[in-house]
Amino acid sequence: MAGVAAGKRGFYMPVNSTHYLFLSLLLFSIGIMGTLMRRNAIIIFMCIELMLNSVNLLLVAFSKIFGDANAQLFVFFIMVVAAAEVAVGLAIIVMMYRKVHSVDINILNRLKH
Amino acid sequence: MDIYDKLFWLLSAITVGCALGVILSRNPVNSVLFLVMTFMCISGHYILMNAQFLWIVNLIVYAGAIMVLFLFVIMLMNLNSDVEPQKGQLVQLAGVISGGVLFLVLLAAVKTAVPVGIDKQSLDIGLIENLGKTLFKDYVLPFEISSVLFLSAMIGAVVIGKKDDSAITNETVQ
Repeated sequence: MAGVAAGKRGFYMPVNSTHYLFLSLLLFSIGIMGTLMRRNAIIIFMCIELMLNSVNLLLVAFSKIFGDANAQLFVFFIMVVAAAEVAVGLAIIVMMYRKVHSVDINILNRLKH
Repeated sequence: MDIYDKLFWLLSAITVGCALGVILSRNPVNSVLFLVMTFMCISGHYILMNAQFLWIVNLIVYAGAIMVLFLFVIMLMNLNSDVEPQKGQLVQLAGVISGGVLFLVLLAAVKTAVPVGIDKQSLDIGLIENLGKTLFKDYVLPFEISSVLFLSAMIGAVVIGKKDDSAITNETVQ
């Protein structure tokens, strides 16, 4: 049994903190890519939500690993702030749509004039 | 490879696939549905780590309330893939490269971290009783402040979204 485990260690190791770090970084980078690639303001906003969630996932993973409940309460507060942020942000996007009839962020270029 | 590891790999694969679906699909409604799926898989990760309180909060607040709000706004604006603005190929390529480079840099930063194993049997950290005691013992002040934040966000959303007939209109349209 021990020999099997030792033989398997070469290509497989049980899930540990590195796996959660990797997954979280991957989700965060996907969020960054989406923010840079898209022009729709709502999609950019959703990518920001994705980045927030990747951070939440990492906090919960470390809370589990180190047995600390404080991190989970931080996640709770992040969710609270994110909910408030979404309410205000979507109101701003709706108002922008009402003014210019588009959610294209390139239209916001004219803010500099 | 026990059941924890199998579920971890399954959920991770679905999470990353759906996250890619969010940024790659042309139709904004599909993007929102992919994001709901991503959040549900992240909730699955939470239940796997026995964070039961955050599991249900994530499911209700994120996948329920926030994403329905997004869907509602998108349907209100009648967005679909025909009117979806697209960036040029070069800009998209630059976005992918910058995101990938950021990923590599972050990965290099945490590469030397010592992996810490997960105690798959610990039960009581994420239960609502434990978290509630901590919340109302150590975090009473932030809890109350967040209620003020919610109130101000609600008032702010109403004020911003209100149909205006004042002088703001003339400045922004031109």
